[in-house]
Order: sequence, then C-alpha cells, then structure tokens
Amino acid sequence: MILLTVDKLTIRYGDMTVVDGLSFQVSQGESVGLVGESGSGKSQTALAILGLLPAAAEVSGSVMIGDTNVLGAEESVLNKLRARRVAMIFQDPMQALNPYLRIGAQLRLILISHGLATGRDADAQVIDMLRRVGLPDPERQFDAYPHQLSGGMRQRAMIASALLAGPELLIADEPTTALDVTVQAQILELLAELREDTALLLITHDLGVVAGRCERMLVLKNGRLLEAGQTGDVFAHPEHEHTAAMIAAAPRLDRGEVLEPRGGSEVLGIQQLAVTYKERSGTNVQAVRGVDLSVAAGETVAVVGESGSGKSSLVRAALGLVPAQSGRVAFCGARIDAALKRRAQTVRRDLQLVFQDPVASLNPQMRVAEAVAEPLLVHEPGSTKSSRRDAVGSMLAKVGLDSSYLDRFPHELSGGQAQRVAIARALILEPKVLVCDEAVAALDGSVRERILELLRDVQQQSGLAIVFITHDLAVVRAVSHRVLVMYLGRLVEFAASEQLFSGARHPYTHALLDAVPVPDPRAPGGKAAISGEATSAVSPPPGCAFHPRCPHAAAICTNELPEQRSIDGVTVACHRVEEISRY
Amino acid sequence: MTALRNTWDKLRRNRTAVLSGGMLLAMVCIAIVGPVVSSNDYLQTDFDNLLRPPTLQDMQFFGTDDLGRDLFVRTLLGIQVTMLVAIVASAVSLVIGVVYGAVAGLVGGRVDAVMMRFVDTLYALPFIFFVILLMVAFERNFLLIFVAIGAINWLDMARIVRGQTLSLREREFVAAARLTGVSLPRIVFRHIAPNLIGVVVVYLTLTIPQAILVESFLSFLGLGIQEPQTSLGALVDAGVNQMEGASWMLLIPAFLLALILLCFNFFGDAMRDVFDAREAS
Repeated sequence: MILLTVDKLTIRYGDMTVVDGLSFQVSQGESVGLVGESGSGKSQTALAILGLLPAAAEVSGSVMIGDTNVLGAEESVLNKLRARRVAMIFQDPMQALNPYLRIGAQLRLILISHGLATGRDADAQVIDMLRRVGLPDPERQFDAYPHQLSGGMRQRAMIASALLAGPELLIADEPTTALDVTVQAQILELLAELREDTALLLITHDLGVVAGRCERMLVLKNGRLLEAGQTGDVFAHPEHEHTAAMIAAAPRLDRGEVLEPRGGSEVLGIQQLAVTYKERSGTNVQAVRGVDLSVAAGETVAVVGESGSGKSSLVRAALGLVPAQSGRVAFCGARIDAALKRRAQTVRRDLQLVFQDPVASLNPQMRVAEAVAEPLLVHEPGSTKSSRRDAVGSMLAKVGLDSSYLDRFPHELSGGQAQRVAIARALILEPKVLVCDEAVAALDGSVRERILELLRDVQQQSGLAIVFITHDLAVVRAVSHRVLVMYLGRLVEFAASEQLFSGARHPYTHALLDAVPVPDPRAPGGKAAISGEATSAVSPPPGCAFHPRCPHAAAICTNELPEQRSIDGVTVACHRVEEISRY
Repeated sequence: MTALRNTWDKLRRNRTAVLSGGMLLAMVCIAIVGPVVSSNDYLQTDFDNLLRPPTLQDMQFFGTDDLGRDLFVRTLLGIQVTMLVAIVASAVSLVIGVVYGAVAGLVGGRVDAVMMRFVDTLYALPFIFFVILLMVAFERNFLLIFVAIGAINWLDMARIVRGQTLSLREREFVAAARLTGVSLPRIVFRHIAPNLIGVVVVYLTLTIPQAILVESFLSFLGLGIQEPQTSLGALVDAGVNQMEGASWMLLIPAFLLALILLCFNFFGDAMRDVFDAREAS
C-alpha cells in the first residue's frame, strides 16, 4: 500500500528554485533514504510533506498522504494528519522540544489533542513509550525538563513523541547529525527496532547512515532527483556520475591505505597539560586532566573523542587561547610560555589554527584580500601593499580560489570557499604547525575531500605538521599518521594509524570504530557497541572514567585510575588491555 | 578611503536614506537661512497683530503668537535649538558611551563589574529629580540641558556597546587575530569597532529622537529653554495654551517636531543597512 505520493513537487522562493519537479512514493513499512548535500532541497521536501513550509514559499505539484493533498490543505485537516499519520523527528531535539514543558506533559498533549487517551491512561501510555525508547527510569524522566536530559536522551524523547500516536510514516531529518558517533549508532538502532511497520523517510547527508539503514534511496542535487533505487543497487552501480562521486568521496573506515608513520624532529610538544574552566556557579570543570602529545614535522596527528572529551581544550591551551592550569608546551624543543600575550611573535607566526565554522572565523566586515593579508601586515611590516596583494593572490590560487574572490565579503562565500579563505589566512605565513579544529566537519563530502587533499599537498611540499581535531574516525583514517584518542579529559590511546585501525587496544576505541557507519550496504558498521553517553566532565566517575560504559569493566576499573602503559609502541590507559585485545 | 567612498555610494543608492537625509538637511538649511532672510525678528513684539493666523503678508507664514512675535522666525529658531540639543547631546552620549562600554567589555573581569555597577547606580537616579537638582544648584542655562540629556543617554549606549563587545571578543575571528599576533589597537579598530558600527548607528538614531523628546519635555515643563529663546518643545507648550483660539500655534511646531523625529528614525534604519557589509551591495 502506498502511503505517500509526491508528484512534481516544486518549491520556489522568489526566483530561487529549491525543489524542482520532485516525484517519489513511499509504501507502507519501507525505509527510504533521502540523500543530498546542503542546498539539495531535502529538508524543504520534508517540511512540504508535513505542510510546514513558510508562507513565502511558492509550491506547486502535489503531496498526497492517503487521499489527502497536503499542499493547500486546511490547518485543521493537516493537524489530523500530523502525529496520527505522519510524524517528524528533527535534527536538534533541543529546538524541537518546548523548554518550558516537562517531557511527560508535552508527550501527553499529543495523545489528548488527538483524542487517543486521557488522564491516567495517557500518562501510562507516555511512560510506556519512554520505556520503549530506552530512557532509563521513565517515571522520573516523565517529570524532567528537556534541558535536564543529555543530547541522546532528548533525541530518544523526540522519537517517543513521534511514535506515540502510531503514525504510518516517520520522517527523520538528520536525526543523528548533532550526536556523538556512539550515540548515533544507538539512536539509529533504536529507530530500526521500534518502527516495526511504520514507514521511514530518513533525510541525511551521510551515505553511511543510508547504507546501513534504508532499503531504498533517493539522491537529490539542487532540488532535482538524480537517482532512485534499491540501496544496494545504487551503491553498486550508481547511474549518475554525481552519485558515483559522492560514494567515492565518502571516507571509509574499512578500506583505503593507512598512512605510514613518519619520523621527524618534534615541532610541538605537550606534556601533562591540564585545563580547568571555572563556571559561573563556581564549580570547576576539568576539561583536560594531564595529556601528553608530540607532533613531528611533516606528520598529521589526529585528536579524536566525543563531545566533552577535552580535545578542543587541549589544543587551544597549547596554542595559548585558553589558559592552561598546569603542564608544559614546547615549540621546536624550546619551552614556550602558556599565555598567548607573552609569546614571541616568531612563535605565533609558526602556530596557526583553522576553526570549524569558517564563516564565524572570518571578520564579516573584512574583505577576503584584507583578511588573508593581515598576518603579513603583522609579521612583515616592511612589505609593500602590492607585494602583499601578490602574496595573497598566489596563496588564494593555491587553495583553489581565483582573484575574483579578493574583494568579496565572507557572507558572499559558500561554506567551502570560506574555509579555503580561512586556510589561506592560516598558511600565508608558512607556519610549522597547523591545528584544524573540526575544520571539515561542517562541509559537504565533495568539498571536504578537496580541502583534505589541499592540506596533504601543502604538507608534502612544506613539511607542515598538522594537528587534526575531529570526531569523525573515517576522516582520521584518510589523513593522519598518528591518532590520540581522548575520553573525559584523559588519554585513552595514542597509536600510529596503522596500529589503531588494524587493532585498537582500548575498549573505547573499539566502540568508536564499530559505531562509524560505513557507506557500503554490504559492509558491517554503525554498530552500537556500547550503551549510554559520556558523563559530564564536571564529575567524571571514579577510577577509569570509561568504566560505566565499558563492556569489560572489572572491579579494579571502578576505583583505580589506569596508568598509561606502552605496549608495542602504543600508549594505552586500560587495566585489562592484555585480557581483552580482540585482534 | 575606498571604504568611505563605498559607504557613500551605498548611501546614495538607498532611497530611504536619501529622502529622509535630504529632508533633514533641507530643514536645517531653511532653519539657518530663514531668520536671516526674513524681515522679522524673533524678539520683536507687535501688539497690533496678536494671534495673527498664517498669512503671506509681511513674511508671517506661520502667523504670530499671543505677544505678536513672528512665529515663522521663532519656529525656525526652535528647529535650530532642537537640532543642536539633539546632536550635541547624542554626540556626548556617543563618545562617552562607546568608549566606556568598549573599555568595560574589552578589559572584562573586575574592571567591567565595577564600571557596570557605576552605570547601574546612575540608572537608579530618577531623571526629573536629577534635572531639578541641577537647575536648583546652578543657574538655568543652555549648557545644563546638554549635560542633563547627555548624562542619561550615554548609560544605555554604554550597556549596549559593552554587551556587543563582550560577545565580539569571544568570536572566532578575534581569536584568529590574537593567535596571529595582531596588536590590541588593531584588533579594537579593525576587528571590533567595524562590527560595532551597525549597533551604534541604530542606537544613535534612537538616541537623537529621544534627546529631542526629552528636551521638548523639559521645555514643556518649563525646565528647559527659557524665554525669549525657544525650542520646538517650548513652542508646543505655548501652543497648548492657545489651542482653542489659535490652533496653528500648536499644530505647526508639533507637525515639524514629528517630521524631524520620523526623518531621524528612517535615516537610522537606512544607515544600519549601509553599514552592514552583509547587506547586498
């Protein structure tokens, strides 16, 4: 039975067409992936299906749910459809849940407003649903406010609210993009388990998510449907070259060469670095609790961990952007001051940073030419204006932007272009160390691939050392020589890439590797190997901080901090590493 | 200089800005030239022509008041005074407010806390009480009005600039500049100040009408400009007393006051668009 028929759907804003003649169907019980890069119109399609498009949108075509056309339907008709027949899970549950209503009260409202249950009966149904989505202690969470739940728990509550009225079709718009990779695996598994005969339309930019979870897939580009078919067929024989390019560009954990480690002289050395933030309330958050890291010329070291692991704080303290509580930072063998303002200009010149959000890291009031030239102005005050302009021009050419970009403002650039400008600004002084803090996380697959290639080229030419902070292990595999894995402010494993990807030693590293979805329907991946989420850095558990989530935890793990040990050149902090090595 | 030329070009292309700015400029010009050209004097009383309605005779376009003084010249003089008060008071609040707020926001920490508590303390003083105190303590004069209005207006400006600076200071492009070793003055003038202009300009265009209103209010209460000097507020006050017999005495200055306020508001809106690089050029 066909649940949803989208026919020649076209959405325009003024003279901009965001969805262009899109047609597809979703049948009862099937799972369909809607894949595309940013700007492909996938979210607009989801909003159209629920009748949620803003008034400024000009819509044509039809969206049939059963025998009702959603486009142009009365609000009262739409309200009967929503939740009962079609429900939606949004990317950010913090935005989608009402912060002033307790979880139970918001969910109960769905049952009451659809006349499905009242009073005690409604409460019981809500609690039952909260239990099914895996919220621990559902009676208590019933009375919790959204901000009291962790990100993963909030998304579970969101799923509970979507499933509560028993819809026939569930639309999930990037449901796991805001979550850590181990939590992503849990949520996707939960969705697959719970939906039973509910059809699923999963909207995502992540081919790995589709490969593991969807029977059919649709590929969108610039609002047009490029390709549709069984997921396995599309991955095996993509008809359109854009699809093939997307599949080829998706970094994979399970194949591709791992970079050989390179020996070189140490350029950046971090010893026992600790970072503590004082919160308004007076509590101290120990973001980093004594971590060592050394980076040699010409190598890329990845720092990996979930949110709250302290990976950003570690490098920001090393760069002097946040104060370090204790520890030493050395540059080319010489100890440098922790405070940025007391560092010599020559040191500042050689340590550069690229941020995650390229638009935020560029001054909105400064043109590209001036932004990229600024470091030159500071470090080579004798240079003439025309020599700086030449240098900026050739630097931009290196990152793949021609001279027409010189006079643009940041808001006139796409995300990928802005990130190239940020990289050009960081590289124009030919630094010795470049730190990339999630520098490719916000970029589309094809753009990300080009940026990574650019960094590899620069590294080969100039022997640049790169510290690559990321939560994405598939990217790590593609770029790094060595990998530091962090958990709640501590090192858990530090290994050469080939060792880490062929046989990780720490159970947390295993869990991370297992959880990464693989963009290939035939390959295993995206498994939820561990449950739960990292506790907050304010009060980490005693002993090994990972023990509450560790499948191998023993008595010793709960009360004794594991020491860092070196085994075959791998530094690992785990009590039971000898017993549990899997590979 | 290209930046200035750019701003000017954008300003010229913005129809609201040209219209409202042109109107303000025209009013100022007429207000300055009018009294010189006119054959009448703002002090000259004419007891044969009390409360004369607007007429083309003797250049008495706006008629006369209850003392027979020419209202055209008096109204133009009122515009001069009102504009002067507004601009001087806003300039005072702009300079003090921006510097004070930017310093508090940039330095942060304890300095910021002390500076902002001082602002809070001044906020707690009732304004009218403050003005009456000033009037009692000193001779009534022109300067005092500037001081009084400037003294309240800079508080809001300081708060807004401080808040904006605090958030700008934490932005990543400032971190990137610090990391590269860009000097503090350059960070302030090249990275923070240009991003403040939008907010400051918008707030300034709210301050100017506010200053005009406060001046009118004070004059209306008899605490502001003193006879025989006048301002639009004082003229409206005089007009209210003659409302029934000589409605022009109220309507003309009230209309001009409203027109000036509207023009400033529209001009401010347009200026914000001009200063924001993100607006399509």
